[in-house]
Amino acid sequence: MSRMTRSVVIGVGVLAVSAIVGVLVGPVHIAPGDALRWFVSFGHLPSGMSEQDAAILSNLRLPRVVVAGLVGASLSASGAAYQGVFRNPLADPYLLGAAAGAGLGATIAVAFGPETAFAVTVPFAAFVGAIVGVGLAYLLGRSSLGGRSATSLVLGGIAVASFLTALQTFIQQQRAETLRQVYSWILGRLGTSGWDDVRIALPSVLVALTTLWTVRRLLDVIEVGDLEAESLGLNVARLRMIVVIAASLATAAAVSVAGLIGFVGIIVPHTVRILSGASYRSVLPLSMLFGASFLILTDVVARTAVAPAEIPIGVLTALVGAPFFVFALRRGARVT
Amino acid sequence: MGRRRTSIVWLLCSLVLVLGACASDKPPTGADETTLTGPTSASFPVTIVTDNGDVTIDERPESIVSLSPTATEMLFAVGAGDQLEAADDQSNYPAEAPVTDLSGYEPNVEAIASYEPDLVVYATETGDLGASLDALGITTMVLPAAAKLDDVYEQIEQLGLATGHETEATEVTEELRAQVDAITTSVAPVSRTLTFYHELDDTFYSVTSSTFIGQLYTLFGLENIADEADDTGGGYPQLSAEYIVDADPDLIFLADTKCCGQSAETVADRPGWDRIAAVEDGNVIPLDDDVASRWGPRVVEYLQLIADAVAVVEEADAA
Repeated sequence: MSRMTRSVVIGVGVLAVSAIVGVLVGPVHIAPGDALRWFVSFGHLPSGMSEQDAAILSNLRLPRVVVAGLVGASLSASGAAYQGVFRNPLADPYLLGAAAGAGLGATIAVAFGPETAFAVTVPFAAFVGAIVGVGLAYLLGRSSLGGRSATSLVLGGIAVASFLTALQTFIQQQRAETLRQVYSWILGRLGTSGWDDVRIALPSVLVALTTLWTVRRLLDVIEVGDLEAESLGLNVARLRMIVVIAASLATAAAVSVAGLIGFVGIIVPHTVRILSGASYRSVLPLSMLFGASFLILTDVVARTAVAPAEIPIGVLTALVGAPFFVFALRRGARVT
Repeated sequence: MGRRRTSIVWLLCSLVLVLGACASDKPPTGADETTLTGPTSASFPVTIVTDNGDVTIDERPESIVSLSPTATEMLFAVGAGDQLEAADDQSNYPAEAPVTDLSGYEPNVEAIASYEPDLVVYATETGDLGASLDALGITTMVLPAAAKLDDVYEQIEQLGLATGHETEATEVTEELRAQVDAITTSVAPVSRTLTFYHELDDTFYSVTSSTFIGQLYTLFGLENIADEADDTGGGYPQLSAEYIVDADPDLIFLADTKCCGQSAETVADRPGWDRIAAVEDGNVIPLDDDVASRWGPRVVEYLQLIADAVAVVEEADAA
């Protein structure tokens, strides 16, 4: 069994275990045996389990685990894709301005859009915002700050993110009635996830992740440099655009259902690289698997650590992610 | 002015009516009207013990700036509404409040000073607000969020004293106390402990019994499902949806009807929530976000809503 196959098997196993833990553990105690029997029998109520418990499992816990998985997979895969396409180990939906752009877009949609159409307008506005954010960060990093070093792109991203966040704050201030909603959304929210969120996110996530999956080998080619890749017959500009659009679509889908959850796109791909090497053939699929597992497990902590109260999920990922970011930065500095 | 007085009296009377104790042969007497609207004999200077120390007011303030919606409501209640020059952008009650662009969250000292106030009242010290106004020679009073009902009465009396409406303020607080007593005793002894969930927003932030809002419910012997999360949220924990569904509260109070557009219908539509007793029995009570977040005279309206909601459950239990 090759190293990659082994890693994928491990990844699938970890995801399965995470999902089971995610469904079985929560502030309301439901006997694991009963819950498993309930799932296996497709909703046939075993003795000793109340209808209330069944409703909690099917309507609250299960969709929450699914949303956490989709969001985790999207953020990790888009982090890995940005890192490949910009040849920058520190690229991340958060640092590149994609998340801030998506946040601004969603805020504009909430503040000025018709309330009845939020399900459509918010994800779309988030997507446009994410593309604009990454585009600005990339242009700024390349043209104004000179060179294509890791730092210039990250600096560009930080400048863009700060600017877009400032705009978002301004809109919030002007529309005080939306303040509360936007605020809870900024901290990241999985506490209200339902099947509706799955329906909103799933199509974009599937399209985006399938696209990234398809081009994963080409990301290895781009790694050697633009000129070299072109001499091998690769249309670098077109590939870069496809990847950025797909990764931004995944980010936007994640942001529109779960708010801003940072650092997942850094932590997961880097861990995966340590486990299975730097080739995007394995980094991309493994990032999806481990990203889903990571966010499902983090969310278990978010809803049980101080149960029956919750910790905003974005706070937890930042607590883990910020130290990890320093680690990645040091590791990246050594490589270059 | 007169219209306001009358409407307050009418409101009080209607509250009493609800309690079944307002006989039609006891209309508000003329004598009461006179004391309510007549000139007050307060003499200045007065010294008031407030949250920001002893405040001395030399003359009856004639151009007050209020940066606190609650203080605005209190000022009108004690009859000092016409001394109010400007109120902040959140002061949406009563309708005749001189609402401006001034912000209590992001106070702008220059903008406040441009109204040439002789007294500024606000609820929270933001940055150097107090010191900056002091430097301009403007008197300030801080009336922070109440921790208990007694704070409400105390602040109303402080404002009455500060504005030359001491007698009216005393009358208002006496009436409020009487109403609170009447409302809380109007509820029949509870046959079982009723549980409730108070919702601050649609991500399930709630209040515990350690907060002012939470204490209002304890007056009726209600049990707050958020209290179990008390050790974490500093009084305002965010609850898990599954915990709320499992706790199965008898009553749900929505303080997010304005901020987040929630209603009995939207709550019933939430996945899994249709099994909660409060939803099944139609005991989801929409509140006015403002009334349920201020600590002004309208607190009695809020208490009445709680009392009515409890009465409905009691009747259903009895039937």
